Amino acid sequence: MNITELTALELAQQLHTKRLSIAQVLDAYYAAIAEKNEELQAYISVCGKELTYARAAEIQARLDVGEIRSPLAGVPIAVKDVICTAGIPTTCGSRTLEHFLPPYNATIVERILAADMILLGKTNCDEFAMGSTTETSYFGITKNPRDTSRVPGGSSGGSAAAVAGNLAPIALGTDTGGSIRQPAAYCGIAGLKPTYGAVSRYGLIAYASSLDQAGPMGKNAADCAALFGIICGPDERDSTSAKGYRYEPPLQGAMPLRGTRIGIPQEFLSEALQPEIKQTIDSLTQKLQAEGAAIVSVSLPQLAYAVPTYYIMACAECCSNLSRYDGIKYGHSADAESLRETYIRSRSEGFGLECKRRVMLGNFVLSSGYFDAYYMKALKVRRLIQNAYLKAFESCDVILGPVAPTTAPRIGESLDDPLAMYLSDIYTVTVNLAGLPGLSLPIGKDSNGLPIGLQLIGKPYEDAFLLALGEALPSC
Amino acid sequence: MQYETVIGLEVHTELSTKSKIFCSCTTQFGGEANTHVCPVCAGLPGALPVLNAEVVERAVRAGLATHCTITRDNKFDRKNYFYPDLPKAYQISQLYFPICTDGYVELASGKRVRLREIHMEEDAGKLTHDPYADASLADYNRCGVPLLEIVTQPDISCAEEAVETVEKLRAILQYTNVSDGKMQEGSLRADVNLSVRPKGSQTLGTRTEMKNINSLRAIARAIEAEAERQIDLIESGGAVTQETRRWDDDAGESYAMRSKEDAQDYKYYPDPDLPPIHISEADIERIAESMPELPEAKKQRYMTELGLPAYDTNLLTSDLALVRLFEATAKAVSDPPSPADYKEASNWILGEVLRLASETATLPENFAFSPHSLAKLIRLVKSNTINRNTAKKVFKEVFAADTDPEAYVKEHNLAMTTDADAIRAAVEAVLAANEKSVKEYKSGKAQALQYLIGQSMKALKGKAPAPEVKALLEALLR
Repeated sequence: MNITELTALELAQQLHTKRLSIAQVLDAYYAAIAEKNEELQAYISVCGKELTYARAAEIQARLDVGEIRSPLAGVPIAVKDVICTAGIPTTCGSRTLEHFLPPYNATIVERILAADMILLGKTNCDEFAMGSTTETSYFGITKNPRDTSRVPGGSSGGSAAAVAGNLAPIALGTDTGGSIRQPAAYCGIAGLKPTYGAVSRYGLIAYASSLDQAGPMGKNAADCAALFGIICGPDERDSTSAKGYRYEPPLQGAMPLRGTRIGIPQEFLSEALQPEIKQTIDSLTQKLQAEGAAIVSVSLPQLAYAVPTYYIMACAECCSNLSRYDGIKYGHSADAESLRETYIRSRSEGFGLECKRRVMLGNFVLSSGYFDAYYMKALKVRRLIQNAYLKAFESCDVILGPVAPTTAPRIGESLDDPLAMYLSDIYTVTVNLAGLPGLSLPIGKDSNGLPIGLQLIGKPYEDAFLLALGEALPSC
Repeated sequence: MQYETVIGLEVHTELSTKSKIFCSCTTQFGGEANTHVCPVCAGLPGALPVLNAEVVERAVRAGLATHCTITRDNKFDRKNYFYPDLPKAYQISQLYFPICTDGYVELASGKRVRLREIHMEEDAGKLTHDPYADASLADYNRCGVPLLEIVTQPDISCAEEAVETVEKLRAILQYTNVSDGKMQEGSLRADVNLSVRPKGSQTLGTRTEMKNINSLRAIARAIEAEAERQIDLIESGGAVTQETRRWDDDAGESYAMRSKEDAQDYKYYPDPDLPPIHISEADIERIAESMPELPEAKKQRYMTELGLPAYDTNLLTSDLALVRLFEATAKAVSDPPSPADYKEASNWILGEVLRLASETATLPENFAFSPHSLAKLIRLVKSNTINRNTAKKVFKEVFAADTDPEAYVKEHNLAMTTDADAIRAAVEAVLAANEKSVKEYKSGKAQALQYLIGQSMKALKGKAPAPEVKALLEALLR
């Protein structure tokens, strides 16, 4: 048995039935990290062994007496480096926060710790989660474990690479415009962008507050469901978390496919889509029909405006979220004569090109004289997109489509043409704009052997149904 | 040419809630620098604001007390600007949907100063410059203290009206327990927007804004100086520039800070961290029912029910601390108090109390004595235990250190003598020693009696009831 190839739930079962000890599991992962992280650069920082094994011993003692605090008790986890961990560096992949030690844990970190999971390390990501390739990190480029000449996707590329490369059984990512689902698709793993408000954002360092949502990334939908059950639920420290939300998985043995109406937006299957991805989706829909699901054609006419709407909203929010990094209170501080010079140099040195581009764009769309033409208009289009989804859901229970127009591109291919990179977010950003849950699942490979992802989009707060459907999906 | 001044005010008031607007840190004034802070109010990455419902409650109270329309669906907006006292680099405020709109306050003249809006926002930190270290230090204790900004229409035409408007607002905010209104601690500060125009003109002149003026006296001085400056400028052929100015109260002058061209673009947009807050009809009804008596209503009641003169009621109701002192004192004299008790309490407060307060520069909310001590003193006079002159002397002790007047009178043997024989003996001795005055009195010179009363009181060391002494003298002289 190769420990690092087990899914998180398989690992938990081994631990809970005492066939494996947590120490053995940690040994295996630390060895894998030592062997492969230098090449993959999945982690920015790995937790020190001493404290990690000490915590493992405490949890082991509980497991030994049958005190199992969660379905994933004893299982190690990797956490994207935009999520605050008390006393452990949290960099956002930026020089700006290179030495930032948060004094507090994010709510979701508190929850994974309360579930007796073990933090392995903090994973690489695009700077402040801005990017689709994990190439904009100050701490190096993460490689796709399926083909190390290719990007893992982004911005949660480190988390995706850690799971796909067997450097962690499961991970937390964040998704503002596709940052969990797209790297999951590129790396051939599963990832859930939960309904906005289902998971607390307290301690998730904001990129675009109205779109950001943390979620699970695992080897399959079942692992994602287990982790989602641990992190979701209301949080009084986040006013945007859904007050009444509770995770209620469908009963064991339920057959979610039979009778389910699956909507496919015609706009999703345009010529821009890589033909092998379209073929894979087509063959999957045939199998779904064979298993009793109904395929319904739906329409999302605003899809053409989705990417500009997303980038206006996201940049507007990020420019104010990132204004606090002035080099005075924490983070990278340049030595300069005057206060003004300190601000300018700290920010110029601290932020990379992509961050600067989005901060500039955001300041532009919010500035007086342009606000109505850009921000207000984007807000209206966002509402239209939400309405279009609600209308589509009148005739279907779930929407199915691709995650990205292509499989993983080569390293260096995307950054020269940011517009093309932004356009590749076409299938994912509407889900964030509408606040819906979106699940990315591996469903096949292209002729280069690169993973192809499938996206299931659910109604608000139907994350559990989406995950159950994902578990029941036939393999391609 | 004759000019008239057009003034609008923006009054910022700190709310007297226990905790800050978006976190549970204390709002207490002072404290060691950066000890009343948490990740939320210090703006640490990842921290999120959670609205303190008490702030909304108080904003609604302020709105109802000033005849405003309450906005049912409220939102917060981000006001973006870089300044070292603002750790998030944006202030959470309300631009698009302020919580209260279209109200007014009524001045004593009956003139109404219209309120354009009242909105909720968070305060910023405090910067101090350390000249020795040549460094500016930031204290974030005040960050996130809830503020209301009350914006008037340009309805005010002179310094007196501006001061009265602020006084009225201050009293309303105190009565409704929205704010403690302590201007010296910065709980209440005002920005003054001012322009001048030829008398009778309907068009507004170019205005300037003077920021953060924190005393009534400074507001009056700033207005007078700025109106004069603008008129002088126009008279000498110049033009007023639209700009923000800083009023230096020590120098009695204002200085230009920045012109309209340099005005900040605050890039306001809805704060995505705070969902809209709905205020229902039931919420408003509940708050309206719990509203205390407001200054105007109290004034009317004091006049009609207690029979106090208009002048007295105006003074008493202008400050909630005085109102509390007045009502508690009267009640402690006798419960329920008689009209005479109210009048007596009012006389004491408007007389000796305010005189000593002004002498010692003590604000009513900081008085050392309790209403009970003042009431005891009033009872001592009422029961003829001491006379008024003695009482005033005793009150000095009460005012300074809340001395118990009964104990003090006893200890210093100030109580009036009730021994009729002793009084008679003293009076007879005075008559014997002042034959000249006795003669004068008997020949019809009435003032001579006053002299004899004075001499008798002196002989009795002021410890006899004056009316009794007078009556006895008159009887003996008959």
